[in-house]
Amino acid sequence: MAQSIIRTDKLVFRYTTEAGAAPAVLDGVSLSVRPGEFVAVLGHNGSGKSTLAKHLNAILLPSGGKVYVDGMDTCDEDRLLDIRRQVGMVFQNPDNQIVASVVEEDVAFGPENLGVPSAEIRQRVDAALAAVGMSEYARHAPHLLSGGQKQRVAIAGVLAMRPRCIVLDEPTAMLDPVGRKEVLDTVRLLNREQDMTVVLITHHMDEAAQADRLVVMHDGHIVADDRPELVFQNVDGLRTLGLEVPEPVALLYELRQAGVDVPLTALTVDECAAILRKLLA
Amino acid sequence: MALRDITLGQFFPGTSPIHSLDPRAKLVAMVCYIVALFLGQWFVTYAILLLVLAVVVAVSTVKPKALVRGLKPVVFILVFTAVLNMFYTPGEPLVSFWIFNITKEGILHAFFMVVRIVMLISCTFLLTYTTSPLALTDALESLMGPLKKLRVPVHELSMMMSIALRFIPTLIEETDKIMSAQRARGADLDSGGLIQRAKALIPLLVPLFISAFRRADELATAMECRCYHGGEGRTRMKQLHYRPGDVLFMLGASALAVSIGVLGHFGL
Repeated sequence: MAQSIIRTDKLVFRYTTEAGAAPAVLDGVSLSVRPGEFVAVLGHNGSGKSTLAKHLNAILLPSGGKVYVDGMDTCDEDRLLDIRRQVGMVFQNPDNQIVASVVEEDVAFGPENLGVPSAEIRQRVDAALAAVGMSEYARHAPHLLSGGQKQRVAIAGVLAMRPRCIVLDEPTAMLDPVGRKEVLDTVRLLNREQDMTVVLITHHMDEAAQADRLVVMHDGHIVADDRPELVFQNVDGLRTLGLEVPEPVALLYELRQAGVDVPLTALTVDECAAILRKLLA
Repeated sequence: MALRDITLGQFFPGTSPIHSLDPRAKLVAMVCYIVALFLGQWFVTYAILLLVLAVVVAVSTVKPKALVRGLKPVVFILVFTAVLNMFYTPGEPLVSFWIFNITKEGILHAFFMVVRIVMLISCTFLLTYTTSPLALTDALESLMGPLKKLRVPVHELSMMMSIALRFIPTLIEETDKIMSAQRARGADLDSGGLIQRAKALIPLLVPLFISAFRRADELATAMECRCYHGGEGRTRMKQLHYRPGDVLFMLGASALAVSIGVLGHFGL
């Protein structure tokens, strides 16, 4: 598929230790992400989801198989900067990815590295901060911001490089519920309004439910890859993998087990309420 | 202990003409001023230098109180220097008892030394009060630019400095957390003799170092993800530009240093 932004082809990765090759963390992962898609990758700890994320912009290189970003092989060192410019990355800990002691200087870090002229950096920084709703904090010190605000600054830092795709590796894991909502809303807005391709690595079901497409990983394999409402229908299958389904689905599932005929397609509380209302009417 | 309250970098943002000077101009002027301080030999030269300092402080809108606060930690050094100079300068004795002689030259010397140190510290504080740490590192990188030809890693040094400045508040917060955590487990951090207190620091420093290394590792990855590849081909959002005012300021400061040097040469 020439049109996919990211394509992994039978990707295998194992950490090599002194004792020899360790078991594969990723074992034959084939995934392709189309432009404008919002893909969530779900899995519990050790499923290989973060390792997969690190392959998408050549932080880790495959032990076997290939990863292509916009047609470029990530093993090609000459294209390294082009690859990283196309696929931006946001990490879990907001403190450990902010480089400068002023918000706007930090957002400027990426374009500065790319050698963008000063005047254009200014425009990009202002646009990126506006896109994540942090314009009024441009002159603030990052350590005085809340966790959610710091993550939005980190997202702006990636946006200023004008990437085609953003990979977020558990961006909400260290945030409180308010911060989580801030970050998720920002990501969804970028996906909808700027047509940004998003790959969201997460272990929160409700975050995964917001994506267009849900990839479930287990033990280095992809075990499901479909629309979230279809993936979550397989409640028993997910539970045997140690994954819980979103609460609305869990409720409908219990009703179904009790013999009530309801569909399992509700991902939000509102959808669930609508189904129940119809049932009672 | 409220470690968080320490304001490092000591920058007071403002819009005064001194704040808006090019940081390189301020740095150069400060060096000139310090040279002048050590070339001066005469009451009048110090009066002139003090006047210059007073004018710059007034223009900068920095509160003199803040400068005095900056002097507090060095009071001990000041007293020490004054006493040493007073007793150990040979010359015409004014007062003498046992093996001690206080000489006229000694008192003069001590006075000048204290004035020098006070003015030196005030002018460096004035620089850090009116210039953001980031602007200062930029200025250093730019001023040391020619050293790149001698293979001095100027860009790397200034990058390290700005990252260090960026992480000071983060690490202070972390130290605070670790201290609370160790206290909660019964660690006694505030009592006992010097050696005991030093020993009590070990359970504090070990986790702090481990976390700092982990942070460094993650930061390096994050920087790579944002296409960092050293100083080569890098541009800056805010470029430093000398304006006529900056040039005048530097010229004024160097003229001051030269004229005081000349006066000093003639023993004035």
